[in-house]
Amino acid sequence: MSERILIGKVGLDGHDRGVKVVARILRDAGFEVIYTGLFQTPATIAAAAVDEDVDLVGLSMLSGAHMTLAPAVIAEMRARGCTAPVVVGGIIPDQHIERLKAAGVAAVLTPGAPADQVVAVIREVLDAINA
Amino acid sequence: MCNAGADDDIEDPVMRDEPTPEALTPRQLWQQAFDDSRTREADFSTMSGVPLAPVYGATDGGGEYPGEYPYTRGPYASMYRSKLWTMRMFAGFGTADDTNWRFKEIIKSGGDGLSTAFDMPTLLGLDSDDPMSLGEVGRCGVAIDTLADMEDLYAGIDLGTTTTSMTINSPAAPIFAMFIAQAEKAGTPRALLGGTLQNDILKEYQAQKEFVFPPRQSMRLVRDTISFTAREMPRWHSVSISGYHIREAGSTAAEELAFTLANGFAYVELAMQAGLPIDSFAPRLSFFFNAHIDFFEEIAKYRAARRIWARWLRERYGAQLERSLQLRFHTQTAGVSLTAQQPEVNIVRTAIEALAGVLGGTQSLHTNSIDEEMALPTEKSARIALRTQQVIAFETNVAHVADPLGGSYFVEALTDEMERQAEELFAHLEKLGDGSLLEGCIKGIEENWFQGRIADSAFDLERKINRGDRIVVGVNRFTEGNDDRAMDLLEITNEDEARQLKRLDAVRHDRNQAAVSEVLARLAAEAADPEINLMPTLIEAAGAYATLGEIMATMGTVFGRYVEVPVI
Repeated sequence: MSERILIGKVGLDGHDRGVKVVARILRDAGFEVIYTGLFQTPATIAAAAVDEDVDLVGLSMLSGAHMTLAPAVIAEMRARGCTAPVVVGGIIPDQHIERLKAAGVAAVLTPGAPADQVVAVIREVLDAINA
Repeated sequence: MCNAGADDDIEDPVMRDEPTPEALTPRQLWQQAFDDSRTREADFSTMSGVPLAPVYGATDGGGEYPGEYPYTRGPYASMYRSKLWTMRMFAGFGTADDTNWRFKEIIKSGGDGLSTAFDMPTLLGLDSDDPMSLGEVGRCGVAIDTLADMEDLYAGIDLGTTTTSMTINSPAAPIFAMFIAQAEKAGTPRALLGGTLQNDILKEYQAQKEFVFPPRQSMRLVRDTISFTAREMPRWHSVSISGYHIREAGSTAAEELAFTLANGFAYVELAMQAGLPIDSFAPRLSFFFNAHIDFFEEIAKYRAARRIWARWLRERYGAQLERSLQLRFHTQTAGVSLTAQQPEVNIVRTAIEALAGVLGGTQSLHTNSIDEEMALPTEKSARIALRTQQVIAFETNVAHVADPLGGSYFVEALTDEMERQAEELFAHLEKLGDGSLLEGCIKGIEENWFQGRIADSAFDLERKINRGDRIVVGVNRFTEGNDDRAMDLLEITNEDEARQLKRLDAVRHDRNQAAVSEVLARLAAEAADPEINLMPTLIEAAGAYATLGEIMATMGTVFGRYVEVPVI
């Protein structure tokens, strides 16, 4: 059975070009992809991750609110007992990447990441938890 | 990364509505119109001293000229000989007080137009203390919760002499109502207010995705604002029909062109259905396009846009006023064309895109800053962006001659091709709407047709870049130097959020609660009757210091909320 990935947009950020492209890239790479749609809260993302029993959660963030929202999603997931890793993609300044990782984000993908890199990073994160 | 602003209270150097005598050649007609126009101070010759004509055309005096139907070559006979495009830079963050200070600086330095950017909670009709607003207050623009914020925003500014543009869509009607209430309280009657409301809701569902109510209910609010301004505010531009966001979301140039103009036709049909004569509102519609990196295709797109609009407005909708037929537009360079890799190269991309806008005859222009990809611009990067326009305007001499590429076999063929592709897409929408573009656009949204086309085009481009079929410098080729990414970025703190929450608390505490409840109850009742124009009651609600969140929630109880079916 293929691994399940939940791709989500959290907060008020409506930029969905990137999230749709990444969803298609992952689907073409053989993953089962579930897209939450726009305007999710940390709680609705976490609930969907549990309900769908996903192996990984990807968050697309382009409004600059990632430092507030990404840790909030992780906290909600862990509070529900969901241990799936979280990957953040979008407009993330270099100086925020380490801070996000310290807050529990497994990997960060920045603008211009080619398709094979997106797939490789997701693969690596999934392999790390299965190892 | 924040919202792109429209901002196009576009000036009209010449008004000509008299009938055209048949005997004159196009060139002679153009000459008459040109002679009636004013000419700005400049040396209209090349660097080496060759004098330049205001326009060039066929030697027999036939063919097309700028300022004449169908306006392929430009809306005005004199174009930049009369007035350069407006170098309008869209920006803004923080509280109403901060933005008010910046507005006054702009006016002091000779600016005559203010461009207002709102933060994301405001754009979605939420109060600053809504749980969803956390972390977003004041981040991408100014936070407006009540009339009190609007009063701070425009304090001490004469709105009878300054034009204002407001980039807002879903809550456009209540924000506009707050603006009117504020101006009238400060002593400027609504009839004297000049400016632009973006108010283009259709592209929100298609591309920008800042929607609140379902499409049909939202269109009722657009109708109310168009009717209200046509009747009471002759200086106001009611809708800025925006392709910018459609392109940024991933469409092709032809899709940007077609979807934007189709949306324009939808607003025209909406207003005509409400009983407004076309020439009473069409002159107040303006456009907002993207300038992407494919230089000639962009120029062809602008030329085709003017021609299509003129033809449809005259032949299909029966417009007669010249000003109804003349498509005027604002341009912004393409945020999506910029790269985080080797960001300095973005200056070059932006310059090329800006040049396309100018050669395409734009009426106003915003150039992106090199750090647009990563953050709001710093003062230095914003200055470089403005300097880019000034180089084009004052060093290159490209503004001396109107439509300098007109008559090029290549550009004319590409213009025709853009028009052909757009007409194909119109035909699809017309069929979808049983002969109505209004219905076709709404159905296209409800059936995810626009959203699907845009996502497909975005994915196609991504695949080409991934395969290396399309080169992006610094991304899939020429990547030496990519490690050097240290850039000073503007950091926004959360202090503004705390200040704004206090402000909102104080307003809620000081206002007459009974008056608020009364007007909101009336608003709910009127919202349920689609025959009623909601603007007068929205202005009253603003005057009672009802919050934006309360007003939107009240209408939401009647209108419902739009939930997009997520499609990959």
